[in-house]
Amino acid sequence: MMSEVIVITSGKGGVGKSTTTANLGVGLAKRGKKVALVDTDTGLRNLDILLGLERRIVYTLVDVVAGRATWKQALVRHKKYESLFLLPTSQVADKTAIEPDQMEALINDMKQEFDYILVDCPAGIEQGFKTAVAGSDWAIVVTMPEVAAVRDADKIIGRLQADNKDIKLIVNRIRPQMVKDGIMLSMADIDDILSIPCMGQVPYDEKVVDSSNRGEPVVEWEESQAGQAYRNIVSRILGEDVPFMEFRTEGFFDRLKHVFKH
Amino acid sequence: MLEALMKIFGKQEKSSQQIAHDRLKVVLIHDRASISPEVMDKLRDDIIRVISNYMEIDKKDMEINLANDDDSVALVANIPVSKMKPAGH
Repeated sequence: MMSEVIVITSGKGGVGKSTTTANLGVGLAKRGKKVALVDTDTGLRNLDILLGLERRIVYTLVDVVAGRATWKQALVRHKKYESLFLLPTSQVADKTAIEPDQMEALINDMKQEFDYILVDCPAGIEQGFKTAVAGSDWAIVVTMPEVAAVRDADKIIGRLQADNKDIKLIVNRIRPQMVKDGIMLSMADIDDILSIPCMGQVPYDEKVVDSSNRGEPVVEWEESQAGQAYRNIVSRILGEDVPFMEFRTEGFFDRLKHVFKH
Repeated sequence: MLEALMKIFGKQEKSSQQIAHDRLKVVLIHDRASISPEVMDKLRDDIIRVISNYMEIDKKDMEINLANDDDSVALVANIPVSKMKPAGH
């Protein structure tokens, strides 16, 4: 089976790595691909709860590496999308529990069974990052239009480039109105600063929180703008040429309405 | 008040978007070159000391910066010379 291993990373925490991993996983499974999501954020696992699988975990990545279970035993199959599997990590061990070469061996073994393996990387640039990156074919760097997130993305990009990884960028939580008003970095700014090809622009959308409350990644929600952005990224991963979506911003008359409201 | 006046007279303030962009451009050049502003200051002082052995320079107007050229970083110095010193000093 021709498989692709993608690590999803960011440097900074809280920019939406796990949300991105969950959405791309569900999106790829909905398109008929056999997908494994590997959570490497040992000690702070989250992919399980975002996918609604938190009560079905028996074995974890740490058990697999320690030889207490096989990876097939540890995989949790998604109820709704039968070609989607989660390899959860431990909530009690820490990130030194898995060495990069152990991770690489595991991923190489799993490759035979899946079309796509998405590895959710922890924040930071220490061992957890090195372990997550080991065995990946290419990397998605998730950032947000904020100075701290862009700076940390650049740091991670430097590390990945030193490792000769191919990198694509996803910019998360864009607020189009703020960009229009000149109080948020634009895609052109981020492109100028980071010089990494962009494969996704995800607008800020309250539905992301609403959907994660329910354990249903927003990519399933047809009417959500963020969901549409994730569906577009899935198409691009599958090699389709999809234009970037136009975001809704306020026009002159919306502004006028605000003025009269105040 | 000053802000309001500046707006009336058409003096456009930089948007915070532009400020963020400019600050990131500068900080990333330093991050990538792994040189902190303190080290840059020391470098600047050392350059002044060495060059001053040979010529008098205008310290006020001199500029020493790291410039980013696609994927490489260059040290660019612009040092106005006000007078040559006699050889051997």
